[in-house]
Amino acid sequence: MSDQDSPTTIELLTFQLAGQEYSLDIMSVREIRSWTRATPLPHAPACMRGVINLRGTVLPVMDLGERLGLPPRAQSDRAVIIVVTHGESMTGLLVDAVSDIIALTRDDLQPPPDMANGATTGMVSALTLIDERMVRVLDLAATVSLEEGLAA
Amino acid sequence: MSTENDPMAEIRASFFIECEELLEALQDSLQIMDDGAEDGETINVVFRAVHSIKGGAGAFGLDALVRFAHRYETVMDEVRTGRMEADVAALKVFFQCADHLSDLVRHSRDGGADPAEQSAALLTRLDALLGEEGGSAEPEPEPEIEFQPTGLTLDLAALDDAPMGDLSDLPDLPPLDRLPDLPALSGVKTYTLHFAPEPELFETGNEPFMLLRALQELGTAHVTCDTSRLPAQKDLIPEQPYLSWTIELETEAEESEILSVFEFVEGLCSLKLTGAGEDAGSSELPDLSPEILPAASPTPEPLKQAEPEPVSPAPPPAPTTPAIAPKAPPAKAAAANTPAAVKSVVRVDLDRIERLVNLVGELVINQAMLSQSLEDANLPPHGDAISGLEEFQRLTRDIQDSVMMIRAQPVKSLFQRMSRIIREASAAVDKDVRLHTEGEATEVDKTVIERLADPLTHMIRNAVDHGLETPADRIAAGKPSEGQVKLTAAHRSGRVIIEVSDDGAGINRPRVLQIAIDKGLIPADSQLSDSEIDNLLFLPGFSTASTVSDLSGRGVGMDVVRTAIQALGGRIAITSTPGKGTIFSISLPLTLAVLDGMVIDTAGETLVVPLNLVVETLTFCAEDVSMIRPGQHVVRVRGAFVPVVDLGAELGYRPPLSNFEGAVALLIAHENGSRAALLIDNILDQRQVVIKGLDDGFFRAPGIAAATILGDGQIALILDPSDIINNAAQPPQERLVGASA
Repeated sequence: MSDQDSPTTIELLTFQLAGQEYSLDIMSVREIRSWTRATPLPHAPACMRGVINLRGTVLPVMDLGERLGLPPRAQSDRAVIIVVTHGESMTGLLVDAVSDIIALTRDDLQPPPDMANGATTGMVSALTLIDERMVRVLDLAATVSLEEGLAA
Repeated sequence: MSTENDPMAEIRASFFIECEELLEALQDSLQIMDDGAEDGETINVVFRAVHSIKGGAGAFGLDALVRFAHRYETVMDEVRTGRMEADVAALKVFFQCADHLSDLVRHSRDGGADPAEQSAALLTRLDALLGEEGGSAEPEPEPEIEFQPTGLTLDLAALDDAPMGDLSDLPDLPPLDRLPDLPALSGVKTYTLHFAPEPELFETGNEPFMLLRALQELGTAHVTCDTSRLPAQKDLIPEQPYLSWTIELETEAEESEILSVFEFVEGLCSLKLTGAGEDAGSSELPDLSPEILPAASPTPEPLKQAEPEPVSPAPPPAPTTPAIAPKAPPAKAAAANTPAAVKSVVRVDLDRIERLVNLVGELVINQAMLSQSLEDANLPPHGDAISGLEEFQRLTRDIQDSVMMIRAQPVKSLFQRMSRIIREASAAVDKDVRLHTEGEATEVDKTVIERLADPLTHMIRNAVDHGLETPADRIAAGKPSEGQVKLTAAHRSGRVIIEVSDDGAGINRPRVLQIAIDKGLIPADSQLSDSEIDNLLFLPGFSTASTVSDLSGRGVGMDVVRTAIQALGGRIAITSTPGKGTIFSISLPLTLAVLDGMVIDTAGETLVVPLNLVVETLTFCAEDVSMIRPGQHVVRVRGAFVPVVDLGAELGYRPPLSNFEGAVALLIAHENGSRAALLIDNILDQRQVVIKGLDDGFFRAPGIAAATILGDGQIALILDPSDIINNAAQPPQERLVGASA
């Protein structure tokens, strides 16, 4: 672990959404929890699943697939909530399944092609290849911020 | 500077805290002088406050502060000795100096811009006062030398202790021999006890006879029964207690022992315990409340010892609070002379209180979970576990209340800041404004007070700038040229109401409407009621000032004020009368941490409604409900028509109900007095819940105030019923579903 602390390497938590592989910088991940029923928030955007009780604090949970505009799918038993911290606040991200933790150097990351693909622009900050599979690296701040998503 | 091991830093910090208190006292006294209600002591308080600040500042080498305080003090001394009169103009300068003094204190503490320039200007004005009035302005005395010996006179007791003539006259403790001596408690004493049961006493199965018999065991009791309130038999209501008793008790027992006889009926009866003479013959015998006398008159004995004392300094202590030791006769003199005992105060780091509050919050949730699991275990209802749990619940509640009390603070400090805002604002727009405050002792959670400062400042500025007319206009309208702004705080049904009112021209409704139309905030052909027009002020992007003045109109509108109030769980309302003035009324929760709630069920979701807003619960009959237009119904409640708000539909949980037969609703009281019936599915429980804030930065759900965690670990949302009802009253296209930044 210690040799990966150098700025050139990063660790990513990879997970699956609608059969695709996504990942997040593991430094922002607090914990992973199994899915529990969330209390829905009225009038919330569709991607907001509601709030759950995380040991006494109210944790908003976002359906990441919905947020990224992926097709909806049946709730699987392996669905988990990845609890992430961003700035002062915490959010739970609902994903289909967690796959792995990978370490790679920053050189392995490629910028995403500059395509005007609407809502998800900015949410995918980089791409990388692992075992010939493409893994998208998410920009957490852009993903959890709902402002532009709501204005639209 | 803030290192924990530096003892100087600690002393310095406590100096600044004391400064805050001294400045508060200073402001208070100046205000009293300004109101013309001062007595000889007021100026002394002013003088001592300034002097103490100077002394402390000298000890820490805060030269700028010392220099200014010294000159200020010199002028105050002139007033104190009567060589100079504190007229309106002088008071104005004094106020400014007090403000400046607090600036200087703040500067010494936090650094920042050096207010030295202003110092010079104010000093000139002070000197001018001296020059024209006193003529005896001593040539700049040597401040350093003069105050150094008294450098640490941070004597707060001296301030609190009002009737002090001179600085040299530091508060003496009362001589020991004047303290109430507690002699001869062993002797036989005579007490007069007046005991009148309330109906509840009988409802709870208590029996006065048993109590009287218990008294008899303490000594010799002469019991007189007062039957005067007994009505004729035909008017007699059997449940009503008409009898009361007067008991003359000769006993060696202490008052507390006597009161303990009534321990179980405390609050269920009216009980007056008076007088404890050492023995029935003594001449200086205790005050017997006059109202007892008639009842006691049949027996000659009480008369003899009951010389009514009209000058009795204080009514006998309330018997329901045995904790206050009832006073023996000698204590009377002492009670009249010694001021109330100086409150002992502990300063506690706010973080520690926060921690305690959080822990208590966890405790409440835990207790709820425990209740739930005991309930699930199907234990016998009167078993040890259940009754133990009830005791636990009660204790938890007490702890919670006590902890919340720690956080509560009077709004006084906030109001004082506002009086400064008034002074500055009125000077900026050249209007004479007087601030009246009421209810300064009203206590509110500290966080609420802190977060209220900005919105309130804005509202006060608005009142001065927009609310009040210019002096010329006022005189033309037949009003005194001096405008009045009133700031009041009061507790009302579990909330704090803070009102900012002015006696200005009121809202210019045609102009407000025109501006809203011009700015495209509302359609040009809108037909709005008066109160709807007034509420346009809260729309984002609305500002009535046609010229951006120095004071308000900085691009911050009333919508920001409203957002800030709403973030505190509060609401703001506006009422305006043309020519008479405008009242802004803020309603806030007492605390941000707990809430008595009704747990309800709607479309399978568990929700919490703040109990203080629920007037009653209703079950509908279909014939009581009528439709006024599609989707809008009213229900008849005791002759009045009340709009029906379907909660499940309003929150988007299910389509609106069409059949109202047997539906359950909560009658909700709105702040403005109107009511609405909130249609729900089921009432589940009534309990205290811990408020957990929803992360506002993420998403703010309309109609939802906060969330809480239920006994089963699930989150339930806490509703803001007024918000829901307001939303329901608005046409759908105006409803705002927005995220806040």
